[in-house]
Amino acid sequence: MNKFDKLSGIAAPMPMVNIDTDMIIPKQFLKTIKRSGLGVNLFDEMRYDRDGNEVPDFVLNKPQYRETQILVAGDNFGCGSSREHAPWAIADFGITCVIAPSFADIFYSNCFKNGILPIALPQEQVDLLMKDAEKGSNARIEVDLEAQTITSSDGDVFTFQVDAFKKHCLMNGLDDIGLTMEKAASIDSFESAAAQARPWV
Amino acid sequence: MSPKTLYDKIWDAHVAHEADDGTCLLYIDRHLVHEVTSPQAFEGLRMTGRTVRRPDQTIAVPDHNVPTTLDRANAATMTEDSRVQVAALDTNAKEFGLHYYPVSDVRQGIVHIVGPEQGWTLPGMTVVCGDSHTATHGAFGSLAHGIGTSEVEHVLATQTLIQKKSKNMKVEITGKLAPGVTAKDITMTVIGETGTAGGTGYVIEYCGEAIRDLSMEGRMTVCNMAIEGGARAGLIAPDDKTFEYCKGRPHAPKGAQWEAAMGWWKTLYSDDDAHWDKVITIKGEDIAPAVTWGTSPEDVLPITAKVPAASDFTGGKVDAAKRAIEYMGLTEGMALTDIEIDTVFIGSCTNGRIEDLRAAAAVLKGKKIKEGMRAMIVPGSGLVRAQAEEEGLADIFKDAGFEWRLAGCSMCLAMNPDQLAPGERCASTSNRNFEGRQGFKGRTHLMSPAMAAAAALTGRLTDIRQLDA
Repeated sequence: MNKFDKLSGIAAPMPMVNIDTDMIIPKQFLKTIKRSGLGVNLFDEMRYDRDGNEVPDFVLNKPQYRETQILVAGDNFGCGSSREHAPWAIADFGITCVIAPSFADIFYSNCFKNGILPIALPQEQVDLLMKDAEKGSNARIEVDLEAQTITSSDGDVFTFQVDAFKKHCLMNGLDDIGLTMEKAASIDSFESAAAQARPWV
Repeated sequence: MSPKTLYDKIWDAHVAHEADDGTCLLYIDRHLVHEVTSPQAFEGLRMTGRTVRRPDQTIAVPDHNVPTTLDRANAATMTEDSRVQVAALDTNAKEFGLHYYPVSDVRQGIVHIVGPEQGWTLPGMTVVCGDSHTATHGAFGSLAHGIGTSEVEHVLATQTLIQKKSKNMKVEITGKLAPGVTAKDITMTVIGETGTAGGTGYVIEYCGEAIRDLSMEGRMTVCNMAIEGGARAGLIAPDDKTFEYCKGRPHAPKGAQWEAAMGWWKTLYSDDDAHWDKVITIKGEDIAPAVTWGTSPEDVLPITAKVPAASDFTGGKVDAAKRAIEYMGLTEGMALTDIEIDTVFIGSCTNGRIEDLRAAAAVLKGKKIKEGMRAMIVPGSGLVRAQAEEEGLADIFKDAGFEWRLAGCSMCLAMNPDQLAPGERCASTSNRNFEGRQGFKGRTHLMSPAMAAAAALTGRLTDIRQLDA
């Protein structure tokens, strides 16, 4: 997994609430058996018309947002389907940080498995960063995972919360499965005890 | 011992390891797998030389992609990419030795209908699947939730998930439901109350007389949509109805094992003075048949209401409502019962069980759907289909003008040939009304099976209580 430590990049504003994973990556792109290559279809039904032409008004199609690395979005980002294709598409596009007032649970967890940092901030701080993002490539937002800070282009600094274990894995690009397998002895002993206690399972 | 909720009890019985910061390895009893979210996980195992730790607890069934038309045995009914995904599941199930219900098996169906039907889902278990509607299995008093593909791979390799405990929310539905009001109306009304993010960070336990009165099918419908309220999982404490449903199923315990299991299952309830982080109480008699008007499951209203105005909302919801009204092609203030529809879909993991089909058949018996209406009923499994045929329901549907399909996810998510065309408007018993969910620019109104059947007859959203008036 790619490590995340510091990022200074262009942020795109998407003030909609309830951006769901069907919007992020529509179902017709879930038929892949690979994890890569989905960036071109990120937000497909908002980004392209039926003939496959770009919709010029859509934020990621605007010249100043072509190199977006951070999304600033409305409440409950990533709700709906558990499809990990959503963070795969986001990461494949080149976005590695999403800032919103809140995230849906499964999406939030999926981000950390794919080198993406989701940051939940109070609405008024998101509103300020949204304004910053509206300045396009003139404004770069800085994210420092180790310090747990976001710095706006005007120098405002916000701190954010992140689970210590998730932070450690993201900063070091650690593979969850490898870490869990180091605890194989605990799993083995749990499994034998459970087989005694609940033999019908 | 301190009092516990049902969720606390199941959680505590499954912690295989706890780190100092509270991060746990939660042991998983049953892992359900379908074709869309698993190929990359199996590929990951191969690339790292890992294998499936408990193939005996891993159950695979294709459902999202499979066509539901009667000619589906003909491979040409599937697109190439769908065929590749189903073939990948086939290969993975055989290579790793999983329990497997292929398309040709009469037991095939939607993974969340097959699991309970085959007795894989039992009280007190942990159940996961790479699908958000895994919450369905909570109806049995099992802790069940959706996971991403990386977590699918993690469970395949280790039979555990890395988790932190959620908070406890109690949703109590008191008293009796009014006639014409169903489990679907309960679960939609709760989401209308909490919003789609109201459950984020929580596991919900549904309780109260109206919940106890529901059948197992109805309870599955309620828990199924816990995820639409943002909750990690929805639970209902097991009782005699639960035990009765489980008894005799192919993978349920038998004999002395059954007795031992019952001993534990009967302890699975929330203690009287257990701590709740959030409590919501709704009177059963206040719940009306519900429909959605917008593009989020929280955009729900009683069928007697009118399409709201964007100005009725605050914050980010103002723009969202404006966008939803435009997308849905509605006018602010119009009566919901004036909304004309051209498609009806009855099925999905929310409402594709036998009781749902019985409810639809009760409305459709001896009647014809409105001329020009496209209507389909897609049973949740091959066994539901067989039972509906045996009970004579299939004939009622066909006589009314419905297409009678084979089992699968069908138009709930339109990853298969069952899709809405742009602008088409559907009365649907599924769980999501997101933009494009049932097809590009398609318009979805969520409701119960009886309400969807009524809409098929009249050609518009209809109050089931007024149907014969």
